[in-house]
Amino acid sequence: MNDMPTPASIGLSREDLPNSYIGRSVPRPNLPKLVQGRATYTDDVQPPRLVHAAFLRSPYAHARILSVDSAAAMQVPGVVRVFTGADLAKVCDPWVATLDHLKGMKSAQQHPLPLDRATWQGEPVVAVVADSRAAAEDGVAALAVEWEPLPAQLDIETALDPDTVVIHPSLGDNLCFTRTAEKGDVAAAFAAAHRVVEATFLTGRHTGVTLEGRSILADYNKAEGTLTVHHSTQAPHMMQGVFAKQLRMEEGAVRVICRDVGGSFGIKVHVYPDEVAVAAMAKAMGRPVKFVADRFESFVSDIHARDHRIKGRIAVDAEGKILAFDIDDRTGIGPYSVYPRTSAIEGNQVVNLCGGPYDFANYRCTTTVVFQNKTPTCQYRAVGHPIATTVTEGLVDLAAEALGIDPIEMRRRNLIRDDAYPYTSPPGMRFEGLSHHAALAKLLEMVPVEKIRADQAEQRKKGVHRGLGFASFIELTNPSPFMYGIGGARISAQDGATVRMDPDGSIVALSGVTEQGQGTEGILRQIVAHGVGVPLERVKVITGDTQTTPYGGGTWACRGAGIGGEAALQSAIALKQQILVVAGAMLQAAPESLDIVLGQIVDKDTERERMPLSELGRIVYYRGDTLPKDLPRELVQTRHFITKDYPFAFTNGIQASWVEVDTDTGMVKLLEHWCVEDCGRVINPLLVDEQVRGGIVQGLGGALYEHCVYDEQGNLLTTTMADYLVPMSAEMPEMHIGHVETPTGESLLGAKGAGEAGTAGAPAALMNAINDALRPLSARVTEQPFTPARILRALGTV
Amino acid sequence: MKWPAFGYARASTLEEVFRLQAEHGDDARLLAGGQTLLATLAFRLSEPKLLVDITGVAALRGIALQGGLLRIGALTRHAELGRDPLVAQHAPLLTEAVPFIAHPAIRNRGTIGGSLAYADPAAELPACIVALDSTMVLASAAGERRVAAGDFFTGLLETALRPGELIAAVEVPVATDASRSAIVEVARRSGDYAMAGLATTLRLEGGVIRAPRLVYFGVGNGPVLAARANAALEGRSLDAAAIAAARAALAGDLDPQADLHGPPEMKRHLAGVLTQRALSRFLPAAEAAA
Amino acid sequence: MTSRVDITLTVNGERVTRSVEARRHLIDFLRLDLGLTGSHAGCEHGVCGACTVRVDGEIVRGCLVLAASLDGAEVTTIEGLSDSGEMADLQDAFIARNAAQCGFCTPGMVMAAADIVQHHPHATRAEIREHLSGNYCRCTGYQAIVDAVEATLEARGGAAR
Repeated sequence: MNDMPTPASIGLSREDLPNSYIGRSVPRPNLPKLVQGRATYTDDVQPPRLVHAAFLRSPYAHARILSVDSAAAMQVPGVVRVFTGADLAKVCDPWVATLDHLKGMKSAQQHPLPLDRATWQGEPVVAVVADSRAAAEDGVAALAVEWEPLPAQLDIETALDPDTVVIHPSLGDNLCFTRTAEKGDVAAAFAAAHRVVEATFLTGRHTGVTLEGRSILADYNKAEGTLTVHHSTQAPHMMQGVFAKQLRMEEGAVRVICRDVGGSFGIKVHVYPDEVAVAAMAKAMGRPVKFVADRFESFVSDIHARDHRIKGRIAVDAEGKILAFDIDDRTGIGPYSVYPRTSAIEGNQVVNLCGGPYDFANYRCTTTVVFQNKTPTCQYRAVGHPIATTVTEGLVDLAAEALGIDPIEMRRRNLIRDDAYPYTSPPGMRFEGLSHHAALAKLLEMVPVEKIRADQAEQRKKGVHRGLGFASFIELTNPSPFMYGIGGARISAQDGATVRMDPDGSIVALSGVTEQGQGTEGILRQIVAHGVGVPLERVKVITGDTQTTPYGGGTWACRGAGIGGEAALQSAIALKQQILVVAGAMLQAAPESLDIVLGQIVDKDTERERMPLSELGRIVYYRGDTLPKDLPRELVQTRHFITKDYPFAFTNGIQASWVEVDTDTGMVKLLEHWCVEDCGRVINPLLVDEQVRGGIVQGLGGALYEHCVYDEQGNLLTTTMADYLVPMSAEMPEMHIGHVETPTGESLLGAKGAGEAGTAGAPAALMNAINDALRPLSARVTEQPFTPARILRALGTV
Repeated sequence: MKWPAFGYARASTLEEVFRLQAEHGDDARLLAGGQTLLATLAFRLSEPKLLVDITGVAALRGIALQGGLLRIGALTRHAELGRDPLVAQHAPLLTEAVPFIAHPAIRNRGTIGGSLAYADPAAELPACIVALDSTMVLASAAGERRVAAGDFFTGLLETALRPGELIAAVEVPVATDASRSAIVEVARRSGDYAMAGLATTLRLEGGVIRAPRLVYFGVGNGPVLAARANAALEGRSLDAAAIAAARAALAGDLDPQADLHGPPEMKRHLAGVLTQRALSRFLPAAEAAA
Repeated sequence: MTSRVDITLTVNGERVTRSVEARRHLIDFLRLDLGLTGSHAGCEHGVCGACTVRVDGEIVRGCLVLAASLDGAEVTTIEGLSDSGEMADLQDAFIARNAAQCGFCTPGMVMAAADIVQHHPHATRAEIREHLSGNYCRCTGYQAIVDAVEATLEARGGAAR
């Protein structure tokens, strides 16, 4: 924030500076409508002539589709039309999800509905369109499909064995992608090590469970040749391009509107075959078609994630200095890589992120990404981070235990020094500035470690087993084109904002980043109000419409604040300068001598009020004749922002988890949780804190409850919310959040992302806490979720 | 999923219910609170043609003390059961059980009759009713008959209900000063069906256990009355050795199946832990502390 | 047997008469027949709580109630609750503490929280968590929601502390 007055620079606390909204806990403007039930989600939109789609989904993990008989379905009252894969292939092109920079990556062509073969249980196969969703489901029930079940490839360990079924024969084998990063001399480091510790970890396939199911309403206007899509998505502009390309249209003929979104977490940034099918059917029918995934189909068709088995070794010297990590990761991603981000990124992230917080020299990490006949996996909140953090922090704790070093001291000895930046990690990640030691110090101010250890010892005497666990982590945010663009994907790492002043002096900001509930519109309002110099209430933020907002990437990889926020700040500052030029002409003053404070033009030195913005607006818009002829009077500015110096803005943090394990039942009680994270400039602590808490809960959910369980035939068993367990309020702990602020120098704003930090570190902190509790009993768990059965097994009870 | 198409009829008397049942046979399902029936219909695994809404049948309502028995009408909602003073006084096991059943909004609609008729093996109320040695009052066009709760649950989601019959009420023997009861369970999250649970009643007469009824849920096809464990306890002084004997005997009582939560041996183990926890509450020291 | 049922009921204080398909649940009735889109169907099998509304003064799962069964009933949705202003302080507390993110669970969460304010004015934090344990929120850590309810109870003078 080089040119802007910061609270620090003028010696005021943030609350005392009327114009300074950055760093303030102000409520979000979106909340009144949310708490009063007046939001507009995609399913709330009801245009005339609307019809509804439902899908027949494959009951088999792998089967040939021999025939589809829709005669009975067409007789069901309300049913309008039935579409098969062959029907849609006439109007919609298939896609292949690979990225050029992921060397050797391969995947197969995917159609919106498969032509002759279903490759996972739950894959959409036939669509029925009817005048209500219920009637469409009746139609699906009346479809007669003849199947020839085929052997399914389910196991990630045997996926590449010679006698294993190859899901896509044209690919030759079931290997999607593999990569090894190597630095230093790993073999020598392990040979020379004082101690080597190893373990195998499972992170457990889980899924996003957005409370609002995936939702789309596509309407093709034949008269105009335009497709309008109301979509619950994170990336409207990307989807605009996808719909245009697959449906053979010009991008300009497609408009994607994304109003309120009921949660996304990465689930809604992907191209789903059923959603493309809906757009294709709307085009074929020339009328609006709606599809809202119900909960059962969400479980089998929303992307899954984190189906990893990771073998890890760590080498340490006698003082606990980490010498090397050697990691072998294997993951199953379903039958197709998911378009357009691909399903190889999660494994690639594991390679990039393992060992992330630590200063060590020797590194080897391999990921092997294989196909299987299960629901496709792809990027889900904190992509790869919880996996890498679990392995790293699990191994660090094991090494500390082997050496008899306290886990805090172990971290203190190995975390990258706070003055070591810029720093390049062994797998080649470049860190601009992190604060591991400051974060640890801050955490230790918050966590009463001595009191907890005393309590732990006291309780152990009574047979009560409590544990305290820590997990340091890094998080990748503010991605540049190095994430997807260089691989050929039409995914924008740049984002834009247009900020304008209307005649009444109010400000409208249009942004390419999107609101999924994380508070994007709230922080943009703060940034723009701050940048222009108006009261918060005078700013209206508009997002989620490809026809009106500047082009941008939307919400992913924690970029809303850092990228979208910076674009908004720069355009707000530019608008302010423009306003001051006009004001200078009106007031016959040098623009540099003027300022805008709370919507008033003031003298910069004295803060004497000269003119309200509404008066300036009145003159510019209605009495432009009174202004000098050559005065530039466009009270609108657009700026785009992209990071240029670093591929990613890394953040860091550390979490602590305090738990009680009931060693009789295997139940884990979450007693308390702490997180210190450094997302650079904090724009709104109120929002960041609860977003971090939500991320922690999502991480705890994956570590404790959430699991997509398949049977031996490849049928998903956890397809209801009674079987797939999500974290609920009664079991979740009180969470304490602290911050260290290391702003990025790449932007004025200095903000990095905060949305994934909680999820990145929570599972590892919980695992280490459970294992701390179990340590006197010589038991250890490394397989998520940490169910009672697994804990009892570790204890040797069952 | 949306519910499959079905018809709806509201009955206001038992006679109407019986007439509709006779007319539609297996195509008709009775609808009380609907908290289980309607949830399962959303899976489209069964498609009844007609739902007969019995919530307007006054004869199925009410909680009253009659002839030394507590009669609980089948339409009594879980929330009503949980706050009823007669239930708290005469069948405190039921009062204690209610908070374990799902969540407030479910308890406001779900009924005891519905829970017993559905007979989910992991549900609390069937186990409680068996533990309380209650009697099911079943009504049909032919009149009323009474079936001991222990005989009512006949298999996985199966009961002694005959076609054309419904649960009118449950009759519960009232608790005496010597009565003890407890319900304990292990569930992954608050309100979830239990991985394993135990509802138990017994009498403590001068420290000696009489008529123990340990009934396990979530570990079999229905509520499991643990005959061997009960026999191990009968007539013994309640002490650590008695509890250990019950735990040991329990192995012959249970034959749990694996489920999403874990293997049979885990369920057996949890049942033993619950036995310990439930019975320990009645030890003199624990009772003095409470 | 009839697949359509005529019902007359009171929704948010207004009398409405409709002929509904027997299989229509209360949430679809509210959303599709009455345009009251504040109530949401999150799972449609009675687990997530997004559909929490009041029927005859008590909170229920709207996805587990037949609209056809509600002849003569009194239904209150988030829209009615908001218009009445009876829980304006609770809703303000949600806003002040950022106790909603995507907002999809929020109407159901507010209805469940209002039940605490109405019936359990002395609830502790643990009791608040327990009472809300049937309402799934994927975005918040629940803590802001518990804070908002607790603050409302305290402000109304009922909280345990």
